[in-house]
Amino acid sequence: MGEVKLMKGNEVLAEAAIRCGCDGYFGYPITPQSEVMETLMAREPWNETGMVVLQAESEVAAINMVYGAAATGKKVMTSSSSPGISLMSEGISYIAGAELPCLLVNVQRGGPGLGTIQPSQADYFQTVKGGGHGDYKLIVLAPSSVQEMNDFVDLGFELAFKYRNPAMILADGAIGQMMEKVELADSKPRWTKEEVVEKNGSWATTGKPATRKKNIVTSLEMDSGRMEQNNLRFQDKYRKMEENEVRYEAFQCDDAEFILVAFGTCSRVCQKTVEMARAKGLKVGLLRPITLYPFPNKIIKELARKALGFLSIEMSAGQMVEDIKLAVYEAGSNARVDYFGRMGGIIPTPTEVVEALEKIFSWELSYGVKRSY
Amino acid sequence: MAKFVGAVVVDKETCKGCGVCVDACPESVLALHRDVNGKGYHYSYMKDAGACIGCINCGVVCPDTCITVYRAKAS
Amino acid sequence: MEIQEIIKPENLVYQKTPLLNDDVMHYCPGCSHGVVHKLLAELIEEMDLQEKTIGVAPVGCSVFAYNYIDIDWQEAAHGRAPAVATGIARINPDNFVFTYQGDGDLASIGTAEIMHACNRGENILVIFINNGIYGMTGGQMAPTTLEGMVTSTTPNGRNVDLNGYPMKITNLIAQLPGTSYVTRQSVHTAAAVRKCKRSIKKAIQNVLDKKGTSFVEVVSTCNSGWKMTPVDSNKWMEENMIPYYPLGDMKDTIKGEHSDR
Repeated sequence: MGEVKLMKGNEVLAEAAIRCGCDGYFGYPITPQSEVMETLMAREPWNETGMVVLQAESEVAAINMVYGAAATGKKVMTSSSSPGISLMSEGISYIAGAELPCLLVNVQRGGPGLGTIQPSQADYFQTVKGGGHGDYKLIVLAPSSVQEMNDFVDLGFELAFKYRNPAMILADGAIGQMMEKVELADSKPRWTKEEVVEKNGSWATTGKPATRKKNIVTSLEMDSGRMEQNNLRFQDKYRKMEENEVRYEAFQCDDAEFILVAFGTCSRVCQKTVEMARAKGLKVGLLRPITLYPFPNKIIKELARKALGFLSIEMSAGQMVEDIKLAVYEAGSNARVDYFGRMGGIIPTPTEVVEALEKIFSWELSYGVKRSY
Repeated sequence: MAKFVGAVVVDKETCKGCGVCVDACPESVLALHRDVNGKGYHYSYMKDAGACIGCINCGVVCPDTCITVYRAKAS
Repeated sequence: MEIQEIIKPENLVYQKTPLLNDDVMHYCPGCSHGVVHKLLAELIEEMDLQEKTIGVAPVGCSVFAYNYIDIDWQEAAHGRAPAVATGIARINPDNFVFTYQGDGDLASIGTAEIMHACNRGENILVIFINNGIYGMTGGQMAPTTLEGMVTSTTPNGRNVDLNGYPMKITNLIAQLPGTSYVTRQSVHTAAAVRKCKRSIKKAIQNVLDKKGTSFVEVVSTCNSGWKMTPVDSNKWMEENMIPYYPLGDMKDTIKGEHSDR
């Protein structure tokens, strides 16, 4: 068993980065995730592992530093919160277009605009549908505990390098700020120069030796035919992710008539909701998507065969609910899909969710069958 | 009589006929040809080959690196 | 002496460096970019830096710089080359990293990135091509466009009341303690090209010696954008650009030391 500590989610991100052999972090302060860089700067990992930590002049610069460093085939990351991620979106699009692996973290706060510093999940669309321009996807991991803030750093890098694609940990202010028990990962050494060349030398800017052609890292292609081919290659990659990388957790779904779907902080609320609803005799289960992209369509389709309804619980105006509707529609099911959530930095309470469930599905609860409409 | 004699070889097909080498030549050796190359440019050539001293100014200013220069001691 | 007697390998005095490949550059005839590309390629070859060098290309006419010099390259977003170079250089301090940027890229959209990279004293070389115009998008006003100069977005000449003043960004850069060597050169004559090459060589050496950021502005022409012949452009530049952007070294020190003149 690894070292067990009581830590904040944001601090764990920093600790996990050092321990997984991350080569560099470039960031810019923004609430509620500033502890990531603060922890790194206090830990001075450059003395321990040689990891570089740099405070950039803006999120725009930070993501472009990540773009540059990631092109050299090394493990680099940044973290920010919603408004900062908006600023980074140009760079993220370039990184995806140039097919570079890197780890991004969004500790979400409420928007739009400057919004609030309280937790939110309103960047779901931005994250899974593409915040920047062009047809690209991020691999999106949604932690619901401080432990997962630790686990997803290494997993995020692993998936990013497997697919040569940026991966994002989509957390929220509550997960970033809360303190929990965490079992920290064991330390791994950073890749040596030789390992970087061996693993990534075919595409990375490691310096051109006489033995290979020059490597050019770019998202630019003026020839439309070749640009379309590039896009088709990206889409192939995304289909592979959809086949192989879906992760979710199903909680009391086997006999459930109503499925709550929630990720991150909302999934914690919904665990309690399931308990309360079951105590009242309602057959309620919880599906927690761990990967938001690729989205767990398949399990939703399976559950849609017998469930009477799905309720998406979100700290937003209802974004993930659209993806659930798509999956249920594709399943040919007439199970009803609805949403309940709070905004502006407010976390829904389990009581609120039970009440919403009873109100929204009052017809199904009365008659015990799917309502045709 | 110059101490050195030179010769300029212009890669006719790479030349874009900008004329910067013509302007840079201290001995007025180079000129743009009446004829055009495959891209339709009036390429640079040695109009007065005997005057070349191999100073390489033409090569140094050429933006398209299409000039090679040779120099020998005058016999 | 017959020409054929002169054209012999032993008499070769000037040829294309092997680091420049055979792709014909996409630049307009007479464009200064080709000359500066050549100088960089020659120096990387002469200083034996091919395996250590990472170039960062900008957005602008020189977006395709990576096609011509045989080194590893990365293409940056518009204005972000100094941040990209920072990422590369910080994480690979043994590499020689340079950015190649135009005036729109460096002095307009990328002002924050260039200022802060220079202020941190990143060990990178910045090549700044200043031709006072946006070439690639069709000749619009740049931050460095001279007062009264006609461009497609200043058809009656740059009006400083409307558009502000031509920016001498290199002078600002020289004030930053992170920079070690800041100079303004040109490539409009053979003598200027030779001098520019010496400056870039010194700048590269400074980067290798980890003295801080080295910054070489090259006052350049854009004959298509200026709507003149290449030769006339060189003359116009000498008469109009160079008086406003005078050539010469502005600073020669190591980072953190204030000896800017």
